[in-house]
Amino acid sequence: MTDTALHPSAFQAHDHGHHDHAEHKPAFFARWFMSTNHKDIGTLYLIFAIVAGIIGGAISGLMRAELAHPGIQYLGTWARLLHGGEQSLDQSLHLWNVLITAHGLIMVFFMVMPAMIGGFGNWFVPIMIGAPDMAFPRMNNISFWLLIPAFTLLLASPFLGGAGVGWTAYAPLSTYGEPGPSVDMAILSLHLAGASSIMGAINFITTIFNMRAPGMTLHKMPLFVWSVLVTAFLLLLSLPVLAAAITMLLTDRNFGTTFFDPAGGGDPVLYQHLFWFFGHPEVYIMILPGFGIISQIIATFSRKPVFGYLGMAYAMVAIGVVGFVVWAHHMFATGLSVNTKMYFTAATMVIAVPTGIKIFSWIATMWGGSISFKTPMVWAIGFIFMFTVGGVTGVVLANGGVDDYMQDTYYVVAHFHYVLSLGAVFALFAGFYYWFPKMSGKMYSEFLGQLHFWVFFVGVNVLFFPMHFLGLQGMPRRYPDYPDAYATWNAMASHGYEIMTVGMVIFFVNVIWSLIAGKKADDNPWGEGATTLEWTLSSPPPYHQFETLPRID
Amino acid sequence: MRTQGLTQGLTRGLKGTAIAIGVALAAMGGVGTAAPAQTTPQAAAAKPSAPATGTPAAGTAAAPANTSNLAPTTAAATPPANPSSPQLAMDGAPVLSSIDANRAGPDGRNIGRPTDGMFDIQPQVTRNGRFAYWFHNSILFPLITAISLFVLILLVVVVVRFRRAANPIPSKTSHNTFIEVIWTAVPVLILAAIALPSIGLLRAQFKPAPAGAVTLKAIGNQWYWTYQYPDHGGFEITANMLKEKDQVVPGERARTDADGPRLLATDNRIVLPVGVPIRLITTSNDVIHSWAVPAFWIKLDAIPGRLNETSFTIERPGLYFGQCSELCGPRHAFMPIAVEAVAPAQFAAWVRAKGGTMPGARAPSEKVIPQPGAEGHPAAPAEGFKVPAAGPNPGTAATPAPSQGATNNRTGAGNAGL
Repeated sequence: MTDTALHPSAFQAHDHGHHDHAEHKPAFFARWFMSTNHKDIGTLYLIFAIVAGIIGGAISGLMRAELAHPGIQYLGTWARLLHGGEQSLDQSLHLWNVLITAHGLIMVFFMVMPAMIGGFGNWFVPIMIGAPDMAFPRMNNISFWLLIPAFTLLLASPFLGGAGVGWTAYAPLSTYGEPGPSVDMAILSLHLAGASSIMGAINFITTIFNMRAPGMTLHKMPLFVWSVLVTAFLLLLSLPVLAAAITMLLTDRNFGTTFFDPAGGGDPVLYQHLFWFFGHPEVYIMILPGFGIISQIIATFSRKPVFGYLGMAYAMVAIGVVGFVVWAHHMFATGLSVNTKMYFTAATMVIAVPTGIKIFSWIATMWGGSISFKTPMVWAIGFIFMFTVGGVTGVVLANGGVDDYMQDTYYVVAHFHYVLSLGAVFALFAGFYYWFPKMSGKMYSEFLGQLHFWVFFVGVNVLFFPMHFLGLQGMPRRYPDYPDAYATWNAMASHGYEIMTVGMVIFFVNVIWSLIAGKKADDNPWGEGATTLEWTLSSPPPYHQFETLPRID
Repeated sequence: MRTQGLTQGLTRGLKGTAIAIGVALAAMGGVGTAAPAQTTPQAAAAKPSAPATGTPAAGTAAAPANTSNLAPTTAAATPPANPSSPQLAMDGAPVLSSIDANRAGPDGRNIGRPTDGMFDIQPQVTRNGRFAYWFHNSILFPLITAISLFVLILLVVVVVRFRRAANPIPSKTSHNTFIEVIWTAVPVLILAAIALPSIGLLRAQFKPAPAGAVTLKAIGNQWYWTYQYPDHGGFEITANMLKEKDQVVPGERARTDADGPRLLATDNRIVLPVGVPIRLITTSNDVIHSWAVPAFWIKLDAIPGRLNETSFTIERPGLYFGQCSELCGPRHAFMPIAVEAVAPAQFAAWVRAKGGTMPGARAPSEKVIPQPGAEGHPAAPAEGFKVPAAGPNPGTAATPAPSQGATNNRTGAGNAGL
């Protein structure tokens, strides 16, 4: 009852009445390069995220190839290819740090965030609340187009030396530790991406607060809209802190300030506090919209309203709030005081409670349901289990005393890839398959979708699960070479990458085949369980929808 | 099809690499017998009677080479008493424990270094380490396994019982306050139960070292560690990673199996007494590093401009290896940590061999540890020990030259087989 149960017949009159005007599309250049249409901008975001995902994924392939066996195998060759001529050992090893940095930044800022918030958020938040478009369509456009120079700066930096400072860019390695223009380019890239996200966040907050259709109260909004609302607040409050921190890096690097330089009275640890004050909310920015997507999908394919709607919505609010006061658990080895460590241990564990509420509520939504296992649902169920596995290792890491061992080992790498590569990315695939018929008007291949899931599921687990063992045996992160005793699990992880790659090939085959030859999708291909407003529109929706606002009872 | 071909190509590439590496490893197998090669420079440097006032201070590359490791110029030095003992060869100190002492135990696990194919945490040799090990293995790990299995079982039950074929008519239930309270309250209780030992562990870890503790100061550099023993005359040890045989220049010492595993062995090990509390202080001369030894359950960032402190007591003699655990530049992976834990008497002999002094009646740990860069140095003026400036080099190269090892390290070929 708290979900938006409504009857399609209530809207058809509106849509069809304005069909002519609604389909009046601008010409190609104006439509795609000067777009103010939330659906077109959402499509642009999705295409951008897919391109970035291919690049970021290819970089991780390079990393897994190098790590497949002990010793340095390929870095020298790659450095030669990149910079020409014979490269010194240090330049080859530096390339490794450039790769890990690029992989992290691309996946976080140019793949997950644009896909979740820019892509699915733009596409479906206005539709789900019954709005014709976003509140600020032109700002929406510049939010997207700022990403292009941002990504260009980041991709160009390796050709000018490369930023080998890790995605966290800790000072002083990122200040006087790395001369050359590359780190400055990466910093400016983050500035642009951050400005883009802040504008996007303002747009979503304004849209959700002001443009809901009559009767669409906050407590009737679909959970995906709730998740984007909470995410937008996290972006709005955390990104300015990142901007401040990296601006200080920039002035430390170029203008003689010493914010993070002890020789001038600064403190490197200050940077870490500022970074993680942004960085921890950032991880929830990446996963919260995924929570929203999963909630929609579970309810749809169980043919049941979401169990404990209010608890689900406010669990996300709680995660967002608590997410701002746990940042120093990323810094347990920096020499925090005992009281600080105790506080951050306790506060971090608190997050497990609202997260547990969400996991159990999803299962309770399925309980008593009439579940069909279409591709989106399979991904959603996979998400629940894999996110649980990633979440419980987070509880281990939350303990400051235990983290002295795990910090900066592969255990942490395994943990955050389970919540991101098997959490956020599973949610992205679930959402992609769920909304693909709506966005494209074509059905995807169910067989290829299921095959994609199973191959990818096996692949990422073979890839990331052994990393727990590597971490428990003490293997540090960000190492291009490792003692031979870590060989077995590293080899296995690299084989997992190969399996995962096959899964990705299946995905792209599916997308291309479906766009070309997929059969036409109905307005609502998922049946009675799909109760949100997008399923009342045609597939694909008209260019402008809801010119007469729907009324929600 | 083309993309599948690419995938196969990748697979083939990896397999080809496997073969190449296998050959390379087989070739390295012969290295272990070549121990006499490294009799070189240290014996000359290790003048046991050298005055401790030799000022191994920052920036003085010309300081007496009692910390020099690789300088090939002194290759004609006195051969060590026992060429088959590289540890001895390095500094002329008494024979210390061999790596054989840390061979795999009955359960197949190495102590002090990783074991291939293991699922578990490295065996712990400190009290807090054993506490934390117990906390992880007996509480956290069973708990998270049980929670994951519980969720998995629920999912399986739901998938089987409520699939459309089995349950065509969905229920309309969307609330149950009781169960929502349960699944909020039970996790809270579980977390509270975890928090108790967790807080206890933190408290134990933060217990300051008692008077009489041995102070070890670990200073991170790009990319090696220097160590000082402020309570023992302030002598300094520089520990560089040992390169493989095919990576060294002629006359330079290569790693042997007696030194330890590839990427973990250092030319100079630091020596610490067993059963005596150790006060570890970390700082850095350039960027942030992190001093970590898994077997001690110790990881402490070495941050320029800061002194971090922790303490531990090693309970078992042996060799313990660790690695830098904070990204510090290209050779982040190549600045390992090797600790040799020995009986206190052997430690004292080693200190004297290094030109240090054992503290007398006065408990050394009561000294005030000065902040780097602070005015004056109240402790041990007779030793002429100078604290290196921990503040980073304001230049961009970020490589101060505090000790001799740096030079060798920078010009060397590192450890990579390129």
